Amino acid sequence: MIRDITLGQYYQADSVIHRMDPRTKIVGTIAFIVSLFLIKNIIGYAAAAVFLAAVILISKVPFRYMVKGMKAVVFLLLITVVFNMFLTPGEVLVSFWKFRITKEGLRQAVFMALRLSFLIIGSSLMTLTTTPNNLTDGLEKLMKPLKILRVPVHEIAMIMSIALRFIPILLDETDKIMKAQLARGADFESGNLIKKAKSMVPILVPLFISAFRRANDLAMAMEARCYRGGEHRTKMKPLRYRGRDLTAYLTLAAFVAVIVMTRRIILPF
Amino acid sequence: MTMILDHVSHAYESGTAMQVMALDNISLVIPDGQFIGLIGHTGSGKSTLVQHLNGLLAPTSGNIYYDGRDIHDEDYPKKELRSKVGLVFQYPEHQLFEVDVFKDVCFGPKNLGLSQKEIELRAYEALKLVGIEDEYFYQSPFDLSGGQKRRVAIAGVLAMKPQVLILDEPTAGLDPKGRDEILKQIAALKAKTGITVILVSHSMEDVAEYVERLIVMNRGRVLYDDTPSAVFAHYEELEKIGLAAPQVTYVMNELAKAGFAVRTDVTTIEEACDEILRVVSSVPFE
Repeated sequence: MIRDITLGQYYQADSVIHRMDPRTKIVGTIAFIVSLFLIKNIIGYAAAAVFLAAVILISKVPFRYMVKGMKAVVFLLLITVVFNMFLTPGEVLVSFWKFRITKEGLRQAVFMALRLSFLIIGSSLMTLTTTPNNLTDGLEKLMKPLKILRVPVHEIAMIMSIALRFIPILLDETDKIMKAQLARGADFESGNLIKKAKSMVPILVPLFISAFRRANDLAMAMEARCYRGGEHRTKMKPLRYRGRDLTAYLTLAAFVAVIVMTRRIILPF
Repeated sequence: MTMILDHVSHAYESGTAMQVMALDNISLVIPDGQFIGLIGHTGSGKSTLVQHLNGLLAPTSGNIYYDGRDIHDEDYPKKELRSKVGLVFQYPEHQLFEVDVFKDVCFGPKNLGLSQKEIELRAYEALKLVGIEDEYFYQSPFDLSGGQKRRVAIAGVLAMKPQVLILDEPTAGLDPKGRDEILKQIAALKAKTGITVILVSHSMEDVAEYVERLIVMNRGRVLYDDTPSAVFAHYEELEKIGLAAPQVTYVMNELAKAGFAVRTDVTTIEEACDEILRVVSSVPFE
């Protein structure tokens, strides 16, 4: 029922992207997103599209998985497009009643849509090719310098990995509870908004109770194994950069350079 | 109200590489008033099967008929079906949510749109059927013991007055005392109301004593569908699929092998006891 959510989902495959160090992928994703905001014209977007398509191909993740992730934000995308299209001042192309579509607005809307879709596809590519554990490991290591500022880096990473780990468990649990209440004649679909919200109570109460119970169990299990936070902890599989990571960083640098260069090209539109 | 399953198959993640056939071409007839045990190893498809019976899952292919109508017809009232085919899930106590026990049991009948009087009457009857005393009625369901919670949850389904009651592993996680209590109450309920009861379990000992028909599932198929004693005769095959016949079956078979003329088709300890006594007492002293 609710298993269509792909956010934070991992897709099992054997590819260079999958085997890459998570730090490379995190830095790469951030660099990709930043460069998206540097782009000024359509050539830049074309370059980004080619780059993204190449990475998707190498990753062996079917394209429909990315599109699935897009479904959740279609509404947001539409709003952005509409607002940009109608509210940007400039040379009027079409006008009817109180609305005016300007050349600048149209351009802005198209670019915004491209930028957002690339952003979402790019970041879902990261989560699709990296296990949650690896992802938090990478984050922890990347954020290590913040320790000087007394940021509890290890704890933040732990919280994140537990939260990510619990998403599928809680989704499963929700599915079970929904079915159990449906079997007792519950109705989640009909009625107005207030009635619908009320019909969520039989799901939410058991769900919260089970989340607390699980959290409690986990805390106990961690205590029983003498878990004491980040000090002096070693890893079973420490992260190590390899040759492919160097290649990836070089490719990434080249990509950013290309994007920066496209900014200099001035097109008539 | 006969239930008919006609070549029902169900695939999880169908159309992808991870496709799993949870149910593979299952045909069953479940007549009125039977006490059925549904047995299978973890992952044999028994939970998937029972979720088809009240329309929570739709078969990938095949049809399910209840009382002569296909339950997946567009205009079939699903809510009515779910009140007639009551399904108690595994660990049903995890579905409790109301502020007190009585209100929680009222949830089912309330969803059926009955009058307040009828709702409360049914809740009261259901709680009495599962042996919950009046003093617990207005306590929070979360303050009860594990066994009590489970009985309250079962009452929540019973209050809808189902004609078919399905219990998915009702004894999972209970201590032996709690287990016996629940099973005895289900048997008593069956005797009292005459409804169809389907008891899902992976333990032969649990069901052998009570049921009249035993369906054994393995890898999404029905392996045996017979009386318990006839099924237990296949105890060697049952072992191969990770199940075991009740211990008395082994005892009797060993005795038969050792040369005693005992019947091997007994299913309960009491029967086995009588049978051994009969044979032993017929041996003359020398």
